[in-house]
Amino acid sequence: MTIPETNNGSAAIPLSGRHDFEAIARWVKPGTRVLDLGCGDGSLLKHLTEIRGVRGYGVDIDVENIVACIGNGVNVIQGDLESGLSGFEDGSFDYVILSQTLQAMKHTEGIVREMLRVGREGIVSFPNFGFWRHRIQILLGHMPVTKNLPYQWFDTPNVHLCTIDDFEAFCAQHGVRILQRMVMSNGDAVSRLPNLLGTLAVYRIESRR
Amino acid sequence: MTSHPTHEPGSVGAVTPRTAHFDRPLTFRSGAVLDAYDLVYETYGTLNERRSNAVLVCHALNASHHVAGYHADNPKNVGWWDNVIGPGKPLDTNRFFVVGVNNLGGCHGSTGPSSPNPATGKPYGADFPVVTVEDWVEAQARLADHLGIERFAAVMGGSLGGMQALQWTISHPGRIRHALVIAAAPKLTAQNIAFNEVARQAIITDPDFHGGHYYEHGVKPKRGLRVARMIGHITYLSDDVMATRFGRALRSGDYNFGFDVEFEIESYLRYQGEKFAGYFDANTYLLITRALDYFDPAKDFDGDLNRALATAEAGFLVVSFSSDWRFAPERSRAIVEALLHNDHDVTYAEISASAGHDSFLMDDAHYHAVVRAYLSKIDLG
Repeated sequence: MTIPETNNGSAAIPLSGRHDFEAIARWVKPGTRVLDLGCGDGSLLKHLTEIRGVRGYGVDIDVENIVACIGNGVNVIQGDLESGLSGFEDGSFDYVILSQTLQAMKHTEGIVREMLRVGREGIVSFPNFGFWRHRIQILLGHMPVTKNLPYQWFDTPNVHLCTIDDFEAFCAQHGVRILQRMVMSNGDAVSRLPNLLGTLAVYRIESRR
Repeated sequence: MTSHPTHEPGSVGAVTPRTAHFDRPLTFRSGAVLDAYDLVYETYGTLNERRSNAVLVCHALNASHHVAGYHADNPKNVGWWDNVIGPGKPLDTNRFFVVGVNNLGGCHGSTGPSSPNPATGKPYGADFPVVTVEDWVEAQARLADHLGIERFAAVMGGSLGGMQALQWTISHPGRIRHALVIAAAPKLTAQNIAFNEVARQAIITDPDFHGGHYYEHGVKPKRGLRVARMIGHITYLSDDVMATRFGRALRSGDYNFGFDVEFEIESYLRYQGEKFAGYFDANTYLLITRALDYFDPAKDFDGDLNRALATAEAGFLVVSFSSDWRFAPERSRAIVEALLHNDHDVTYAEISASAGHDSFLMDDAHYHAVVRAYLSKIDLG
């Protein structure tokens, strides 16, 4: 399987320090309907609304984020992603985004299935556990702590970390087709040895129906 | 005037209710016609030049037009939503012009069952038309006309008040920019109707009820009203809050082996019932619980709430409370789902709160932050 790489050669402009936001903004077509899961303060949706004119809704569990989203003028639904997306109709969004949240979910299979039920396409980003610095720290006998994985083993919210290869194997096993991939390191696109050199991976996926 | 010590800064201060008289007949959903009627209301803040900053606050079962501030002749009579409304409060009267109205059929001054029926010269009593949420909204729209408000910046309310806000978006989509639907539901469940029916039966079977014409007998069905209020009150609180506040605490410290008040919760319920029966009208209680039962905007659309809300133009804030079992969060989520289906602007907050249905009246920091943030984003241009 060949996966189209997105590499326009230019350094991504960091938005709130989130390098994946620019990749996502490039992929989302103007005027589409977007659901952002784990939307935080709504800055991605606000950005997408401003530059792509999307019709967006966020989902977040934290009431402080609900208040922040309102302040950002973003529609937001308070809810727990772990219990699924039962309030959302099949195929009711063009894109369902899960930005750096997959690794913190308990029900990984469930949320990916739900994303692709509700959205025609899913956009997923996650920190690449296979990044070489992570590997070295493990070889030296420690759980990795880096800029991209800033937590200690005992206080990390990340319960399901994976490598790029792991995620692609997961997709193959779960009927998920990868439409596009962007691997980054500190905001720069990585095309060579992505599973070793990439810190962050962003995928556009759909259900293999 | 020296301010009363019980009123913290941020109160709208002393307020005076006003009465608007309407001569144009109002046809109720039932077909009944009220030829003329009064609506009692209060306002706080100033209507701006563009008349774009008006917010209508709708009341629930036992409340009234007295939403904020206090009455000069009775400084203890503080408005029922005073913690939300005032200068610098979540509904900021420095920015908004706030209208509170006593609904038709009420017992706080607007025309209701205790008002004289022009046909007989006696109080309407049981002859007052059965009123629905739609009828209230029509009457409120006429009050808006009277006040020169073409379009509300927002209509908001909790519980039955939230249902009125929801109905506004359906009845008058062009006259409401935002709806704040708090601790509400798109319709009652069978269990909810059942609670209302027990309350009504308590009133109707009171020997002092006299078929609703008790005014002429110089009595009130107070026993029935007390029981009705006690039942209602149980459903407004959560099991947790009752356990925390009362538990199994005994009044005298030990059992007395009788049926007088033994447990603190009994004392509390009796007190609430007694207080309520002192000021509330039994016919109004029947009417309002029936309006709750009948509320079902999807009914005219084959039960499809999606279609009922299709023509709404407002932006929505929907809020529910985790411990509310009378109008549980899933009831609010049903509203949200219909709004999402229609691609309407909606924000939904599910507040962690222990006080049950009454949480919407409580001073909860997260809840008030959500309401404040939403209202402050409303563009008055």
